[in-house]
Amino acid sequence: MAEDKKTMLQVEELTKFFKTPRGDLHAVDHVNFSIKEGQTLGVVGESGCGKSTLGRTVIHLHEKTSGKIWFDGKDISDVTKPQLKELRRDMQMIFQDPFSSLNPRMSVSQLIAEPLLIYKETKNSNELAQRVGQLMDTVGLAARLSNAYPHELDGGRRQRIGVARALALNPKFIVCDEPVSALDVSIQAQIINLMQDLQEERNLTYMFITHDMSVVRHISNDIMVMYLGCAVEFADSEEMFRQRLHPYTKALLSAVPIPEIGAKKERKVIKGELTSPINPGDECRFAKRCPFASEECFHKTPALEEVVPGHFVACHKVREINDIQA
Amino acid sequence: MANNILEIKDLTIHYVTDQETVKAVNGISLQIAEGESLGLVGETGAGKTTTALGIMRLVPDPPGRVIGGEIIYKGEDLMKKSEHEMRSIRGHQISMIFQDPMTALNPVETVGYQIAEVIRLHQNLSKRDAELKAMEMMELVGIEGARAGEYPHQFSGGMKQRIVIAMALACDPSLLLADEPTTALDVTIQEQVLDLIDNLKKQFNTSMLLITHDLGIVAEVCDKVAIMYAGEIVEYGTLEHIYNNTSHPYTQGLFGSIPNFNSKTHRLKPIKGLMPDPANLPDGCVFADRCPHAKDECRSGKLVTKEIEPGHLVRCRLFE
Repeated sequence: MAEDKKTMLQVEELTKFFKTPRGDLHAVDHVNFSIKEGQTLGVVGESGCGKSTLGRTVIHLHEKTSGKIWFDGKDISDVTKPQLKELRRDMQMIFQDPFSSLNPRMSVSQLIAEPLLIYKETKNSNELAQRVGQLMDTVGLAARLSNAYPHELDGGRRQRIGVARALALNPKFIVCDEPVSALDVSIQAQIINLMQDLQEERNLTYMFITHDMSVVRHISNDIMVMYLGCAVEFADSEEMFRQRLHPYTKALLSAVPIPEIGAKKERKVIKGELTSPINPGDECRFAKRCPFASEECFHKTPALEEVVPGHFVACHKVREINDIQA
Repeated sequence: MANNILEIKDLTIHYVTDQETVKAVNGISLQIAEGESLGLVGETGAGKTTTALGIMRLVPDPPGRVIGGEIIYKGEDLMKKSEHEMRSIRGHQISMIFQDPMTALNPVETVGYQIAEVIRLHQNLSKRDAELKAMEMMELVGIEGARAGEYPHQFSGGMKQRIVIAMALACDPSLLLADEPTTALDVTIQEQVLDLIDNLKKQFNTSMLLITHDLGIVAEVCDKVAIMYAGEIVEYGTLEHIYNNTSHPYTQGLFGSIPNFNSKTHRLKPIKGLMPDPANLPDGCVFADRCPHAKDECRSGKLVTKEIEPGHLVRCRLFE
C-alpha cells in the first residue's frame, strides 16, 4: 500500500547477546525487518521476549553483537561517538515508565529544554523558552505547568513530557517502548491519539513496542511478533488480524480478554511458560509449549519465510496447521 | 434469587491527615450473591482497593478511618466484630489475593510453609497434615507438590500468583477478594490464572469480588459489574446491563477509550481531563468536569442512584 515510500529503517540479522555466568543470553537473535517512512511497526510479545532490547539495540542504546542497521539510507551498524550524537537528533525514544525516566530534580521546562541545550539548538534563552513553550503546547501541557516538578504531575502528563523530550530535536524516527502501559485506559487513549496526530503532522516513523494486542492493532501498519528473541511472525496489521498462522500468535491473540459479552472464543490456553533464553539449542523456541510440535521442531530452528504473500512465519508446521499448499 | 453472601451498605472510608482528608470511598453499596462474581472496575485511585481492605477490616488506621456504613457478611455486620473475631474470618471465610505476587510472599520462608501456615491457623491440623494439605493445594493450582520446599524466588511470576491463590483457597473460603490478580502477568499466563480461578470458583462455589481495570477480564469471569469512579459506584448491573446498555457517561467513556480488538478504528474517544483529587472532590457529580453531557445542575446538590431497569443502577443526573 505504501510502495512509493522510502525505507526509513532496515535491520538485517540483528543479534544481541548478553553475557551471563551461565552462558550467552540470546535477547535478540537474527532479526530482520524494515519500516517505511511515516509508518509504524508494532513489535509485540510477552515480557522477556527481547522486544525492548531490540528497540534499544536499533538506536544504539545497546551495542549489537552482530548484524546490520540502515537508517535513512545510511549504514549505521557501527558508529563512532560523535556520529552517534548526530544520529540521535534523528532517532529518539519514548520510555515506558514516566515515573522513572524523568529526573525528579528538574522542572518540566528544564526537562524539555535539556535536549535543545545539549544540541545547542537555540541561540539565546528567549528562543529556548519559546521552543519549550511550543513543545509543551504541541503535547498538550498547559503553560502553567512549566515550573512544576515530575512528582507533582500524574502519569499521563509525565508521559507527555517524555513525548515532548523525544520531539524536541525534530527526529524522523522514534522508538516507543511501551509508552502507554503504565497509564489508565482513559489517559492511555489520550496519549495514543496524541502520538497519532504527531505522526500525521510530522511524518514520523515509529517502532511501537507493546504487549497490548488491542493497542498494537490500533496504531500499527505492520506487526512483528517476537518470542524468546526471535521474530516468529510478521505481516501487515490487517492481514495479521485476519489470520494468524504461527501457533504462538494464535495463542497470544486468543488470550486477550475482549470487553464484549460472550466474546470468549475457543480457549487456546497454552501450557507452561517461557523457557530460558540462555544458550538455546538448535530447536524451535516455542516447541516445548506448542501443541503441534513434532520431532523436527526439537532439532532445527525454523526460519522466517513468506508463507502467504506479505505474511512471514517461522514455523516448521505452519502449512500443515493452517492447511496451506506449499 | 440466591442469598446475598455480602452486602455493603453506604460504606464510607476516608484517609485523614493533618493537612487533608482523602475521601477514598464515599457511600457505596454493593451486594454479592452466593456463588456470584462481581467485577469492581475503575481507574487508579478510584477507591477499589480501599473498598476491599474495608471489607477485610484492614484499612490502615491511622490515617484510614471507616466513617460509616455496614458490611453484612452472612447476615452479620463485620463492622461490629472484634479484632479477635476478624482474625478467624480473614483467610478462613474471606480471603484476599493481592495484585503483586512478588511482594505478597515472604522471601525467607518456603512456599509450602507459607501455605501450611494459613491452614494451621484456621484448621485443627497437625504440622505434618497441614504440610500435606499445602502440597495438595499446590497440585490443585498446577504446581508439583514436591516443590513445597522451595522459596518464592525460585518460581516465576505466574507460579507465584498460583501459590498466592493456593494460599487464599487453602481454607475453602466462601468469599474471595481478588485485587487485580493478573495485572502483573503476561497475557498467556493471565489466561492460565483466570482459567484456574474460574474452575476453582465453580468447584468450591466461592463468591468473588474481582477488582480490575480491564473490562475484558470482567466480561470473561464476572456475572455482575460495578463501575467505580472517585470513590462512588457510578453504574452497577449485570454484564448485559453494563456492556449492552451502557448508561453512565463515564462507563461509555471507558469503552470508548479501549482500542477495538476486532475491527480497526481510526481514532479513540478518550475521556478528556483527569479524575478529581479525592482530597478535593467537587460538589454535585464527581464526573461533571469530564462529562460531555454535563449541565450546570450537575455541579451542585446530592446525586441519587436511580434504578433505570430492574437491577441496573446509575448515578447520574441524566437519569434522575
